[in-house]
Amino acid sequence: MKNNLKPTHRFEKDISNCGLTGFISKSGQLVEGSVIIKSIALMHDRGNGLGGGFAAYGIYPEFKEFFAFHLMYESGMALQLTEEYLAENFHIDHHEEIPTRRNAAITNPPAFRRYFVKPLETAEYKEAREFQNMTDEDIIVTHVMRINNEIEGAFVVSSGRNMGAFKGVGYPEDIADFFRLEEYSGYIWTAHNRFPTNTPGWWGGAHPFTLLDWSIVHNGEISSYGINKRYLEMYGYLCTMLTDTEVVAYMLDLLIRKHGLTPELASMALAAPFWEKIDSLPKDDRELLTAIRQVYGSGLLNGPFAILFASNEGLIGLNDRVKLRPLVCATKDDFLYMASEEAAIREICSQPDRVWSPRGGEPVIARLNPGVI
Amino acid sequence: MKIDAQGVYYKDLNNQIRSAVSAGAEKIELVNVNGQYFIGDGINLPVTISIKGVPGNDLGAFMNGATIIVHDNAQDNIGNTMNAGKVVVHGHAGDVLGYGMRGGRIHILNDVGYRVGIHMKSYQENKPVLIAGGKAGDFFGEYMAGGVLVLLGMFSDDPEKPVHGYCFGTGMHGGTIFVRGGVDEAKLSREVGVFELTAGDRLELEGYLKEYCRDLKIDLKEVLAEKFVKVLPKSKRPYGDLYCPMPR
Repeated sequence: MKNNLKPTHRFEKDISNCGLTGFISKSGQLVEGSVIIKSIALMHDRGNGLGGGFAAYGIYPEFKEFFAFHLMYESGMALQLTEEYLAENFHIDHHEEIPTRRNAAITNPPAFRRYFVKPLETAEYKEAREFQNMTDEDIIVTHVMRINNEIEGAFVVSSGRNMGAFKGVGYPEDIADFFRLEEYSGYIWTAHNRFPTNTPGWWGGAHPFTLLDWSIVHNGEISSYGINKRYLEMYGYLCTMLTDTEVVAYMLDLLIRKHGLTPELASMALAAPFWEKIDSLPKDDRELLTAIRQVYGSGLLNGPFAILFASNEGLIGLNDRVKLRPLVCATKDDFLYMASEEAAIREICSQPDRVWSPRGGEPVIARLNPGVI
Repeated sequence: MKIDAQGVYYKDLNNQIRSAVSAGAEKIELVNVNGQYFIGDGINLPVTISIKGVPGNDLGAFMNGATIIVHDNAQDNIGNTMNAGKVVVHGHAGDVLGYGMRGGRIHILNDVGYRVGIHMKSYQENKPVLIAGGKAGDFFGEYMAGGVLVLLGMFSDDPEKPVHGYCFGTGMHGGTIFVRGGVDEAKLSREVGVFELTAGDRLELEGYLKEYCRDLKIDLKEVLAEKFVKVLPKSKRPYGDLYCPMPR
């Protein structure tokens, strides 16, 4: 008799994780984009083509005094309104289309432009500086929030000095090809391969998420998103990207830039040890961690995560406190590498000096040597 | 038989391996491996696969009788639901090793990550053994239901780290864990207790270690020079009263 039974299983497994990778040259050696592309492409199957992105530092040395705004436009109207807004508020030293290359893997890309800017001394600017005690960085944050919130179809992809984020819907290697990333060189690179779980796969939702020169790539799920988002709203940060990871970028800006915490202390706030562990520590540590958990209870990130966050200061890797997502680190000379899989590091650094996995909640921090910037 | 895995996609590499196994290969040497997933998965025949390079996740999953020797580090999820056979890693390995493993051996030379030996189990003559020569992360032996875990703490990448992490044996309700040099009782879960080895335990452990030392060219005497302790579950049903207290 003919066997008419249909298979009960799909034997092809969808691997579905999310992958991240990044590295830093502490001495500021510039590395071509092709290197990070090779590393993230090795983990192709951790994503599903619904998001890929990169952050690069040291790529705009000729404009390093200016804030580099990468803008994404979903419509001509969004472009027009944003350019009017920028012209009113900024001195624009230079602006241009972000060079792209069409490829078959990328469908319906929005338009991308970049602007190298400094705030204009408008009445509003003077008011903010003189009477509200705001810095230029604070003023940039206000503008970024306003563009993202108030101009429909316009999104600030990145806004830091001498850095930029490039991201969209596609596999990371296709996004890299689209943005011609092999033409850039930087001393810090991070990359992300997305498998969206419960938020939409759209161009703004790809990683990295950024603010000023902070950029975050994340594998996992921030289940405390609602608490974190409401906490950040009190300080003027508005979440517009429809994705949990966005809160991490703003939280770091708040904790490190605004409140002056060291990256180590900020990591303890994001991935605070359990009370049981805190209680077993010596008095000084116990008091410090108790204070951090009390003050930043709403900043605690709950849920599984491995994140890389970069800035003009350096690169940091951090896991959730019970390590529910993979993170492997390696060093070679003045380079620190971090990735979801050791193979992604070995693909671009075959013989590292040291390879290890950090413990949950234990930040791995590499700072650029003094004088690099 | 030798296969060059340089730049080969994991599906193509595994197809090549499976064809070689069904054609009767007894030894397969994989060179230039880097990150390919699922190597050796579900292989039912007693073939030996040697790997140069870092194999990808889920190495030796559902494996039933093959031997895999990795001459480098390895990644996460080795020996998921493995039934029989052996995986030897001449380096460190990642998280969630031996998940639901129900037979065979996993021998790791250096450190291992989080959740090693999670829900290992045993039945009659099927008794899996996982030995790590370095140190381990948190949740060692989580939900362990059977089999044997051994932690030596000797060949670590990081001399500063403690031998094992927090939540050791969380939810453990079967099987045995042996730890060389003792455990940090403050980091044990409530479900487990620490015991002295019996003469029978010592004999059993020495048998496992003899094989481990032979595979990884380690001096057995040095390994046995330090005292071991045994960690066992206090109850077969640690969560029996979690939602609804039951009569004993």
